[in-house]
Amino acid sequence: MSSGISILVIDDNKIRASIIEEGLRDAGHDEVILVHQMDGLVRQIADINPDVIVIDLENPNRDQLEHMFQVSRTVHRPIAMFVDKADSLSIEAAVDAGVSAYVVDGLKRERVKPILDMAVSRFRAFSKLAQELEDARTELADRKSIDRAKGILMKSKGLSEQEAYELLRRTAMNQSRKIIDVAQSLIIASGLLAD
Amino acid sequence: METRLTSVIAGFIPLLDSAVLVAAKEIGFAEREGIALKLVRESSWANIRDRIAVGHFDVSHMLAPMPIAASLNLTSLSVPMLAPMVLGLGGNAITVSSTLWMEMADQGADQNGDPASTGSALARVIRARGEARGSSIRFGVVHPFSGHAYELRYWLAAAGIDPDRHVEITVLAPQLMADALTAGHLDGYCVGEPWNSAAVVAKTGRIVTCKQSIWPNSPEKVLGVTRKWALANPEVLAALMRAMSAAADWCSDPNNANHLTEILTGPQYLACTPSICRPALCGEMRFDLTAAQTIPDFLTFSGGETAAPMPAHGRWFYEQMVRWRQAEFSDDQVEEVSSIFSPSLYRAALGLGEKAAEGSIRLFDTP
Repeated sequence: MSSGISILVIDDNKIRASIIEEGLRDAGHDEVILVHQMDGLVRQIADINPDVIVIDLENPNRDQLEHMFQVSRTVHRPIAMFVDKADSLSIEAAVDAGVSAYVVDGLKRERVKPILDMAVSRFRAFSKLAQELEDARTELADRKSIDRAKGILMKSKGLSEQEAYELLRRTAMNQSRKIIDVAQSLIIASGLLAD
Repeated sequence: METRLTSVIAGFIPLLDSAVLVAAKEIGFAEREGIALKLVRESSWANIRDRIAVGHFDVSHMLAPMPIAASLNLTSLSVPMLAPMVLGLGGNAITVSSTLWMEMADQGADQNGDPASTGSALARVIRARGEARGSSIRFGVVHPFSGHAYELRYWLAAAGIDPDRHVEITVLAPQLMADALTAGHLDGYCVGEPWNSAAVVAKTGRIVTCKQSIWPNSPEKVLGVTRKWALANPEVLAALMRAMSAAADWCSDPNNANHLTEILTGPQYLACTPSICRPALCGEMRFDLTAAQTIPDFLTFSGGETAAPMPAHGRWFYEQMVRWRQAEFSDDQVEEVSSIFSPSLYRAALGLGEKAAEGSIRLFDTP
């Protein structure tokens, strides 16, 4: 069943855009158009004539977009989302998630709200994923550094792997530092002192 | 000691006139006043408006007309705001493409940026092009509620050019202006630095006049704050303004220009090459690379009396909003605008005492 609402998603991040698209399609919105390219955006919007525009907040073209909505005669007048002050929680949630939306004037808010909620939750999910990926990368890099530091200690002090790790851990505890910080400075120091 | 610092989060757009906020943090003026100033770089004025409205930012670098537009409910997410302090005077210029400049020079445009002369030269170009059925001229500004928009419109209208009929004015992010000029999407624009110098250095554009010539010593950016935050945090705001006043004085000292350039071009601020930032910061702004003369007082920072807002400045911006049909005139709004640009909070914070009568505003064509 089609909702009959056409939605334009403007996002430089193609992965995030397709995550949102998928969510919207699952919710029964067939007319979802993704735009990554900012060139000729005004003409594209005029051609597509969307009912709802979802845009990421990192996009530097928001001022241009809002101006166009004010003056254009070719586009139906979209207005900023949640103009109703009672929606301050929704506004905060959206800005927090890094997304904004514009809605053609007159479209009933009951019909638009689920679309915006969807965009906000998908933006959040994407940020969480990106953060997890970043954490995983850091964790992997940390583990590699600790392994290297252990190797240095094993070689220079003739310790077993377990003893080397214990030494790192004790040093960190005594100095109230993280093991990774001790390992990194040990790697740098041994690099500087190596022949 | 560090734990006693009060946190203040400020939004800014990477432009040269974010200097006062940046120096307040980097040179330690904020910390001396007991403030841990956190600066958050933003990518659009719309984001600044939204994030100060929802309370992500306590204060922000703002286009001077923005607190007025927000208070008068002329934009979305409107909240009552104040502009308690001016962050910089001047700093904008009108740049045109090399092609358009050649036509303007043929029509007798002044080489040294006299606004009356360059404006009427442009009017003659438009007439000549009209007769030859040439293409229309398109200008860019950074925001509909900006000093840039009003300065450009004032300059055009003073030369008999109707900004809404004889030319087209579009909105574009500042960092995209110079490229749009090169690509031929724009014939000219009014923007802050370093985005005029960007076209001058690339030899794709020429500065034809500047804010300082159109409206001498006029405010460009202000400290924007919601009335709600100002009322809830009067002491923090006062301390912040003292820190920023000291920072502005530091920025205005020519001996610090190199240091300031180095900080501002850094990756967390403007992230750009010093060559395009240096002209405005070091008093070396030129109309083009071959110009012998520099533009005096192109961009000035100053604390003390100079950074106090003037209700008359706010009213000038409001008059422009009415003139260009963004607002409908009412006496109540005049009063509100005057209070938004009231100098009282700033003067009290700095212990400046009451000022005598307010000076009147003079633009280039004021008789």
